[in-house]
Amino acid sequence: MAECTIPTLTTMDVVESKSVLPESYRADMSDLPSLDITTAVLELIRRTTSRLPQDVIDALVKGRDAEEEGSRSFNTLNDMVRNILLADGHVTPLCQDTGTDIFWVRHPYGLSQRLIKHQIREAIVESTKRSWLRPNCVESLSGKNSGNNLDPFHEGHPVVHFEEWEKPEIEVAIMLKGGGCENVGAQYRLPDVAIGAGRDIGGVRKAIIDAVVKAQGQGCSPGILGVAIGGDRVTGYEKSKEVILRKLGTLNPDPKMDQFEKDITHDLNTLGIGPMGYGGNTTVLGVFVEEMFRHPASFFVSISYMCWSSRRRVMTIGASGEVSFD
Amino acid sequence: MIRLTTPISEEQARALKVGDEVLLNGKLVLSRDIGHKYMKEQKPEWLKPILKDMVIYHCGPVVKKNEDGSWSFVAAGPTTSIREEPYEADVMDTYQVRGVIGKGGMGKKTSDGLVKTGAVYFHATGGAGSLLAAQVKRVVDVHMLEEFGSPEAFWVVEVEDFPVVVTMDSHGASLHEIVLALSQERAKALTR
Repeated sequence: MAECTIPTLTTMDVVESKSVLPESYRADMSDLPSLDITTAVLELIRRTTSRLPQDVIDALVKGRDAEEEGSRSFNTLNDMVRNILLADGHVTPLCQDTGTDIFWVRHPYGLSQRLIKHQIREAIVESTKRSWLRPNCVESLSGKNSGNNLDPFHEGHPVVHFEEWEKPEIEVAIMLKGGGCENVGAQYRLPDVAIGAGRDIGGVRKAIIDAVVKAQGQGCSPGILGVAIGGDRVTGYEKSKEVILRKLGTLNPDPKMDQFEKDITHDLNTLGIGPMGYGGNTTVLGVFVEEMFRHPASFFVSISYMCWSSRRRVMTIGASGEVSFD
Repeated sequence: MIRLTTPISEEQARALKVGDEVLLNGKLVLSRDIGHKYMKEQKPEWLKPILKDMVIYHCGPVVKKNEDGSWSFVAAGPTTSIREEPYEADVMDTYQVRGVIGKGGMGKKTSDGLVKTGAVYFHATGGAGSLLAAQVKRVVDVHMLEEFGSPEAFWVVEVEDFPVVVTMDSHGASLHEIVLALSQERAKALTR
């Protein structure tokens, strides 16, 4: 139906010309306790919701070109690529589910987490007004939508993680994680008799395969998996999301784990689930695994599934206030 | 490629088979979680003329209100359909719906409903929010916007060549079941 699109995003000049940040903007890093990064976070959201990272695009194109031309899986991957180009060109959300908005802020000593969180919430409200984000925050039992993407009472949304570090710069990472893929995440407690998984790397492998088979196309495959081995139920899941911030194609610093990631990615792509679960050779784009310590009695394998539209980005505010995006 | 325009007759729906690639034209009615619970439990009469022989689209769009008060769709891909499994068969039966568009496929109850009512499940590409919004030519109407919020409201839209694949048909076939069985078999071989 559609011609095979060559994926070229708009140039960085165009992206910058549409920026909400004034030209040669610098954050005032001289007074950390009253630092205001609201506009910078707004720009971070704008870029993330409409522009997919290049490594994800490259992986989708590689997957498409490995499918038989004209097949359902080829056409589906090609539609994904066409969608990426449209969203980038129009500066509109890649997907109507702009997700749970998750932030990781790493900052030097002296910054007010309370103020930064407030600024992130302001940027979320403004992004929602501009239709860059869908109002995605509803009261659990009544289903009533807060309308502005904020959890007014418990500050459950957006999700903001803080960590103080020794560096002088500030790093704000963001992930927009859709509900469909969040729903197919899974946590296994090993040993797991039902899937024959013991407390070793072979057991971890079985858990991952089981989760992907259960997910089928429902997490919008081809997905990217974040896997945490160990931790408790909370820290394991948290870590399994954070590892999805890694770029596809980058090495795991642990050579054994790196080999495991490559092998399991290969194996998962023989399952035949394919893009959107229509069948095909591209079921996952990558698997990222991190090992944590654990309580001797607990052995959790926590798996987060990220859809093909892996919207993530990192903003760095340098020591002299210059802002860059990666 | 098959081109279909809503309203769709029972005969047209029954002629569709798993694997058919279809371009939909005409009106679609958006509904998802709250709407399905509402349709099954309260069976509102006012929806009957709106849904008869129509296609329901599982989608919570990103919308934009234009200066003249009209609406535009900014991003509008499908949401996961299986959440509507408890409701869909009854909704199709009550309102004589001829098709449902979503992603991920649905279960046995819906499959039986498709056979009984004479309807199909269409699959759209998940995540293709911009691409599918571009096929929405006009927002015709919206119901229950105030009550349900914009992702859950009954939006009535007019589409042009909206691309979908039949993955469940009125003869009991399901592409999702075929792929599931294949992948389970291959997983067994991988973990032997």
